[in-house]
Order: sequence, then C-alpha cells, then structure tokens
Amino acid sequence: MAAKKPSFEESLTRLDEIVRHLEKGDLPLSDSLSLFEEGTKLLSACSKMLDDAEQKVVKLRKGADRQPEELPFEDEA
Amino acid sequence: MFSVTELNNRIKGLFELDPMLSDVCVRGELSNYKIYPSGHHYFTLKDNESSLRCVMFKSSASRLRFRPESGMGVTAFGRVSVYPRDGAYQLYCSALVPEGTGDLQIAFEQLKEKLAGEGLFEPAHKKPLPQFPEKIAIITSSAGAAIHDMIRILGHRWPMTKVLLLPVRVQGAEAPAEIAGALRYANEFRLADVIITGRGGGSIEDLWAFNDERVARAIYASEIPVISAVGHEPDVTISDYVADRRASTPSNAAEIAVPDWHEMLESLEAYDIRSRQAIQKKLTQAAQRLETLREKRALSDPTVYIDNRRIELDHMRDRLSAAADKTVSGKKQEFVRLAASLDAMSPLRVLSRGYSITVGPEGQTVKRAGELSPGDPVKVFFSDGHADCRVEHVEEN
Repeated sequence: MAAKKPSFEESLTRLDEIVRHLEKGDLPLSDSLSLFEEGTKLLSACSKMLDDAEQKVVKLRKGADRQPEELPFEDEA
Repeated sequence: MFSVTELNNRIKGLFELDPMLSDVCVRGELSNYKIYPSGHHYFTLKDNESSLRCVMFKSSASRLRFRPESGMGVTAFGRVSVYPRDGAYQLYCSALVPEGTGDLQIAFEQLKEKLAGEGLFEPAHKKPLPQFPEKIAIITSSAGAAIHDMIRILGHRWPMTKVLLLPVRVQGAEAPAEIAGALRYANEFRLADVIITGRGGGSIEDLWAFNDERVARAIYASEIPVISAVGHEPDVTISDYVADRRASTPSNAAEIAVPDWHEMLESLEAYDIRSRQAIQKKLTQAAQRLETLREKRALSDPTVYIDNRRIELDHMRDRLSAAADKTVSGKKQEFVRLAASLDAMSPLRVLSRGYSITVGPEGQTVKRAGELSPGDPVKVFFSDGHADCRVEHVEEN
C-alpha cells in the first residue's frame, strides 16, 4: 500500500465531489457520515499543504550529459 | 471550350500555384478607400504607372492601428488571387502599415503574416494552463526586475509551486537562440508544468528577440504550455501571438500562472461550510424521522396493545348483543303471534260463546253420549265455573 499522497489538485477535485454528493442528500446517513469524515480530512490536509508550503526557487544549469543541475537562485540575485 | 467560370477558376488556380503571391508585401498610395457596411474595406493601391485592386476583410481591418485614408503612402501585406465573379485579380490585404514605419515594424508585420498563414496563432492549437502547477520554468534573464517580480508574486500567491529559472540573455544577437534553446531544453527534460518566457519593458529593439521566428517556432513546438510576458501592456510581440497565453507584463504572467493562496483558503472554507451544512441537514432529517417514530405510542407504551385489543373486544361484544337482541325480538314476535292463534283455539273461548264441556267420572272429556250410563256423576264446565251433575237418561241418535 504505497499509495502516493494525493496532490492538492486531486484533493480539491475529490473534495468538490464529496461536497456535491453531500449536498444532493440522497445517500444513506452512514454513507453521508463517512463522506463527511473523508471531506474533513481532505480539508485539513489541503489547509496544511497551504500552511506548510515554502517557496522553492532554483536556477537550472546544464550539467554533465546535458542533465539539468539545480543551483541556489540567490547566487546571482 | 470553357465556360467563363471554368476559365476564371483555372486562372485563379495558376495564381495560387505561385508561393510568392500567397505572401506579398507591396508599397503604394491608397486611393478610393471605402468602408462598406459589412465592415470590409475596399481600396486601390497605386504608384505613378499602375494600380492594384485590394480588399481587406473585416477581421483584418479590425486590427488596423491607424485610420487609412486615400492619398496615404502605405505598405500592404497579403495574398494576390482572382475574384472569379469579376474576372479580376486583387490583393487580399491582411495588414496595412503607414509609410514611415520602421523596417523592424515592417519585418514584424511580415513575420506575423507568414506565421499566421501557417496557423501558428490558431486558437485551436493553444493548450490550457494547469490550474495548480507543481513546477514553473521561467525563461528570462537572471538579472533584472522581471524575474524578481515573478518570484515574489508566485511566492505570495502560491508558494507550493517550485520555480525553476532557466537563465538566458533576453536581448542582443544571441538572445533568440538562447530563448528557443531553453524552451526546447525544458520540453526535453519535462522540467515543468508551465513555462513563462519574457522580459521587462524596453524599446522595440530591446524586445526584438521575442519577435524572432526561432523563438516563435520553439514556443509553438512546446508541449508544455507557454505564457508569454514581454514588456508592458501595449507591447505586443510575435511570442504573444504564438504563446498559449499572453500576459501583459511579467508580473501579470505570475498572476496568470498560479491561483491565489488566499482565495484558495476562502474556497476551502466555503467547502467546509457547505459540507457541514449538508451533513447537519442530513442529521436533522434523521433526527426528525426518529422523533416521528418515537411518537408512535406502541413503541413507548406496551399496554397500548392490550388496550387496543380490549377495545376491539368491546366492539365485538356490542355487535354480539345487538345480534342477540335482534334474534330475541324476532322470537318474541313469533311468540305473540302463536299466542294469539292459541288464544283463538282456547276452549274457554268456545265456552264463552255458550258451549260447555262434560267430563266423565274418570276425568275424561265426554265426546259421545254412548260413553255415559244413567247414574254416572259428571262435571259440566262453563266459561265461568262448573256444575256437578248425575246422568238420568242416555239416548244415542
């Protein structure tokens, strides 16, 4: 079970789906509750991704074999 | 033998075989300039010896940056073809620039016409930008304000995106090859989800690299969506036409490339509120159903069952006695009727009419004279009493 952590975009798509489902209101209560729980988890995961995000800026240089090599950007700033 | 139409079409075909005629640039003076209600412009281009009929369709005319008038010297771009209805050839003009326009501007118009003709600006070719890019490659100078503005705005709006700078020269003779090379390199190594290429404002010469055909073709060939961000708002370059999206400035490109963190937090909150409201509604509905069920007494009070059975029993009893009453009264009526007929047959009734009954010594009712002998004691009954008698004489008829 090496499930990849869902990206922000994937989480948001799922979240949208969940909210629409809940709002339709045609699911049994137990399903609604488990969807709600999933939605709550996604929400806090998304908020956390936003809160924890720290911008990464690198400068690329063509290295050996033309492979891209990352350098700190501040060098030349 | 040809029909006129066939002949004209054949000549038209000849014109279209010549590639030079499909992309020409011609200088002359405007005359007889007319704008029709359809929005198409009709005019003649002439010099001292010759004239050329021209038409500019509404779509091209709407992009004119000046007001053409008869007498003006201009350079016109377009293709020459035959209009079969009139049997006349004419210039289908796609762009006009007034005389005195610099060589660069004319070169710009020429390249623009050429690339437009090849379909490089087609909206159908434009790729959508990713909503949440994980990596953005920026192809620009590592000096200058543009890169710093972009990094600042990207970091402020959407710090989750990694920014990769591919430093290139953005002006000078080397610039176009470097920019085009970086575009190809970014694609070769799939460096990012979106590319921004551009530079800050400057003179038309400073921005010229972004009017270079090599850059235009590299942008067109890019599989990664490209945002072009050259100069200030009014500057429009060939790169802007080819790119998947044109930004008015580098800062604007950063705004286009990523969503705003703060707006996203707001929409997350909106999701939060919506899902809470939805589940609240669901729970309220469930609680209401439960309440409705609770109100049914059978669940809360077991004696109700028995009470109900008792009520049924009472009803049953009522019905039974009603039925019995009906039966009894029927019998009573029958009894009255029978009693009446009994009464009619009563011997007392007969006696009251003057008859009498004779009872012999053995207590038997005497029905015939022959049953009696003289000297027998008999009782004679009347309606109101009896008399004890003795038989004196018997005579049978």
